[in-house]
Amino acid sequence: MNIEAAPATANLPQPFTGWFAARGWAPRRHQLELLAARERESSVLLIAPTGAGKTLAGFLPSLIDIHAHRSRPRGKAPERPLRDLMASGDTRAAIAAIRAARRPASRLHTLYISPLKALAVDIARNLEVPIAEMGLDIRVETRTGDTGSAKRQRQKSDPPDILLTTPEQIALLIASREAEELFGSLKTVVLDELHALVTSKRGDLLALGLARLRALAPGLRTVGLSATVADPDALRRYLVPQPAVGEALADLVTADPGAQPDVAILATDERVPWSGHTSRYAIRDIYRLIGENNLTLVFVNTRSQAEMTFQELWAVNDDALPIALHHGSLDAGQRRKVEAAMAAGSLRAVVCTSTLDLGIDWGDVDQVIHVGAPKGASRLAQRIGRANHRLDEPSRAVLVPSNRFEVMECRAAVAALGEGAQDTPPLMPGGLDVLAQHILGCAVGAPFDADHLYAEVTSAAPYAALDRETFDRALDFVATGGYALRAYERYARIRKRVDGRWRVANPRVAQTYRLNVGTIVEESMLKVRLVKAGRKTPRGGMWLGEIEEWFVSQLEPGDTFIFGGHVLSLVGIRETEVYVSKSPARDPKIPSYMGGRFPLSTYLAARVRDMVADPKQWKLMGPQVAEWLRLQALRSVNPARDQLLVETFPRAGRNYLVCYPFDGRLCHQTLGMLLTRRLERMGARPMGFVASEYALAVWGLGDLSLMIELDRLSLADLFDEDMLGDDLEAWLDESSLFKRTFRTCATIAGLIERRHPGKEKTGRQMTVSSDLIYDVLRSHEPDHILLQATRNDAKTGQLDIGRLAAMLSRTRGRIVHKALSRVSPLAMPVLLDIGREFIAGEANEELLAEAADDLIREAMRP
Amino acid sequence: MNPTLAQVEEMSAQSVTGMLDLCGEALQVDPSGALWWPDERLLVVADLHLEKGVSLAARGALIPPYDTAATLTRLAEAVMRLRPARVIALGDSFHDERVSAALPEILRQQLRALMRATEWVWIAGNHDPAPPSDIGGDFAAELAFGPLLFRHEPQPGRTQGEIAGHLHPAASMTVRGRSLRRRCAACDGARMILPAFGAYAGGLNLREEAFRGLFDPRRLKAYMLGARTVYRVAGRRVGYRG
Repeated sequence: MNIEAAPATANLPQPFTGWFAARGWAPRRHQLELLAARERESSVLLIAPTGAGKTLAGFLPSLIDIHAHRSRPRGKAPERPLRDLMASGDTRAAIAAIRAARRPASRLHTLYISPLKALAVDIARNLEVPIAEMGLDIRVETRTGDTGSAKRQRQKSDPPDILLTTPEQIALLIASREAEELFGSLKTVVLDELHALVTSKRGDLLALGLARLRALAPGLRTVGLSATVADPDALRRYLVPQPAVGEALADLVTADPGAQPDVAILATDERVPWSGHTSRYAIRDIYRLIGENNLTLVFVNTRSQAEMTFQELWAVNDDALPIALHHGSLDAGQRRKVEAAMAAGSLRAVVCTSTLDLGIDWGDVDQVIHVGAPKGASRLAQRIGRANHRLDEPSRAVLVPSNRFEVMECRAAVAALGEGAQDTPPLMPGGLDVLAQHILGCAVGAPFDADHLYAEVTSAAPYAALDRETFDRALDFVATGGYALRAYERYARIRKRVDGRWRVANPRVAQTYRLNVGTIVEESMLKVRLVKAGRKTPRGGMWLGEIEEWFVSQLEPGDTFIFGGHVLSLVGIRETEVYVSKSPARDPKIPSYMGGRFPLSTYLAARVRDMVADPKQWKLMGPQVAEWLRLQALRSVNPARDQLLVETFPRAGRNYLVCYPFDGRLCHQTLGMLLTRRLERMGARPMGFVASEYALAVWGLGDLSLMIELDRLSLADLFDEDMLGDDLEAWLDESSLFKRTFRTCATIAGLIERRHPGKEKTGRQMTVSSDLIYDVLRSHEPDHILLQATRNDAKTGQLDIGRLAAMLSRTRGRIVHKALSRVSPLAMPVLLDIGREFIAGEANEELLAEAADDLIREAMRP
Repeated sequence: MNPTLAQVEEMSAQSVTGMLDLCGEALQVDPSGALWWPDERLLVVADLHLEKGVSLAARGALIPPYDTAATLTRLAEAVMRLRPARVIALGDSFHDERVSAALPEILRQQLRALMRATEWVWIAGNHDPAPPSDIGGDFAAELAFGPLLFRHEPQPGRTQGEIAGHLHPAASMTVRGRSLRRRCAACDGARMILPAFGAYAGGLNLREEAFRGLFDPRRLKAYMLGARTVYRVAGRRVGYRG
């Protein structure tokens, strides 16, 4: 809570004026503007940098409002009369008096919704301070997945004035019988970290929840709190009901920007590597920077990078500095310990992933080190804001590129920060899987009329463009699965009654809904337990945390990998547990979980393409990178900003094709799958490919340079946009990434139940794997709404088809081909990735054949 | 250098990696997951789990109702191609006892059409211990045929010539950092367990406890089902330790 030292306290009633004055504070401009919005009864979006007193600004109008309308004091049991009644023996009267005393004195006024339950808990603590100091009669409570059932039940019958909670809890409350009574009095909903919420399916679920809340509490006002974003209007639409025609916007308040951050790229004497993501070369520099500051957050992009960096830091930790690790796979108790130690000031550095991205003040962080590419300018700005929560002092940050391409990316990000450029992703139409879940939730809460619900749903901005036919199909899906073969009428989950309204068919449906609410579909996780090496049948063991099942499933017993800061060796897997032992090895055999999770933003990509093309900018990136780009110009060519460079060259008995779209790994992977299909058809005999954030390399047996020279292969045809037609469809048939997307959609939509307590060990006859369901559905009803939902997701998610389409159209007619005699400088990094990166190819059949071959060779050996 | 998919399929069409010997009989694992005994013109399929979709829908999971049609179509394809004189369904042919009676007419006709051309034996399974109602075919708890014995559940201990289902074997292995998992037939020359044929029947990894002691780990081969061919892989390679 940051307040300027200024005297004026206009517009504030007592005791608020006094409270500010007593501290020599004055409300900031944006805080007053939020008060004005309440006077106008308008919904409002506040955009403010970290440290601007955003949270107090969001709550202040509600605190004043509740205080002003507190008509009578909180109902307390009238002690004397009750005691007299008891003494008189009139039990009935006594019970009536007790009941009257317990009747809720407060009604729910404000909901605060945060993407993190820890943030809700933290805000509640912070809010208690001014409330206590001003002596306000206002009750604040939290409600998260950790809240006990007795308290949850009580919160429905006797709600606090302000309830701090998460989107999933809103969905649950809406689906409860008490929803109408509970939310009838609701005046304000405060949405924190809105920029982070709206780009996810949780944001879709919350948008639908808000639409429901508006129906339950007419006149409801929303207050959105957000970091700076590229398109504030999208968030303003999100906050208010959208009319059938045109659009509506919430008011906008923009806080004054804080001090410009002080960001540098690590100056190092070491050689920056050509490729890879370890940043091992810079570890001594990072350690030195940690030593020079009080508390450093070391941000990395993935869990495996976090593990690696943590381990490397401890290997050079000569001064035994307290350095901790924080990421999503670690046991929650361990994470809480790290957070507490940060707050207590007993740590010097924490290596972390996005788990520490959002809002909580864990301590006096005075430096952020960002290891690896920033991926997006806005993301970087938010992470840097974690250093120094004081608005008027600059945050300090150091970027550590882990390879030479990342040097360019870091440079582009620093330039973007200087200009205040934003590249947050655009908002997408709401998911149909989330819609299905919401429809079921509505039926669980109270019977609904389909026409009313359609109007309500389309008032939520993400669903404003939803047509009635699609809505009806979603409704049909919820009821009977929505299959053309109407086999399940008798097993319907919701049914239309004589009054025309839809209700749940039986209580079990409601129970299942409650157990499966939410849009976060976790990867299937296994518990990691540490046992002694050499045990034949491992049991028990210390719990180290959880790890993705798909990662472990690619390991053989004896394989080593990094987890929890140790090199571990796989002993075995049993049911939901993985047994590991400590390995003396220093380098793990299996290198990484996966590459960066966030693709390079299109904005930064464009800037990097600019830098490659413009010799004037080369020396800004240091002698190593400048030399590299100069060599590229000499041996091949540096493509202009809007060109796509394609190089072909032979190397070690193979022929390579390398192109440089700079559009992120996901997009390049999809391109790689489609190109290899086409090359196969064109007779170029491709064998594999590897994608990086910047480039794609395909290799094979055919002499591509010769084929192009003889006009037997046309690059224009190869990169034609029509690859997004039949080739894409054919590939989707067998794409494991697509199947994973389907699994997520099917789970959110309620087709597949998540595991829940007491049902962990369902026999295999009770469940069907989502892959099998996918195969059957795709061949028998390819237009089913869940496949439609999956395709929509694939466009933006794991397959990034939308970005691939944009890339193909951008470079149409602008392909520059270079036939080379050997690998070019620009191609070297991606070629070095071969064998190091997890190859997400789809050539499973070939791999099977290879393994079968092993056996043939074994059999043929003399 | 790795051969391409097309090359592999071409090669394996000649080498027929699905061929195997069980008690002196030449058998062949079909890419569909069925077992073909050419000398007897006998086709064996295990764990069809017909109407599993409907059976689960009754319990609240409205998964697509096309599994029976999908399974029967695949079975019909194998029957048309191989023209067997007899078919043995190795048990768990119907996902639960009631569904054979409630089988929709169109599916019943489809099944009967298949059965008309051949002798047909239903082996009892734990899901369908009694003969299916109003479908026809013979019914047996287990069936000996020459040196081979057909039953649903593999019996623990030594055996000579047992062919069973029930366990839905699947095999997984890592090739160049990639994990591959397929349904498979498993055979060590004395016993054979067939993969589940049903569209909604999942797989159980050969490494699991349930397979322990059933095979000689030195002689076990997994016949992993590819798109058009079968890949033979050593049991050790897919993690079977005995």
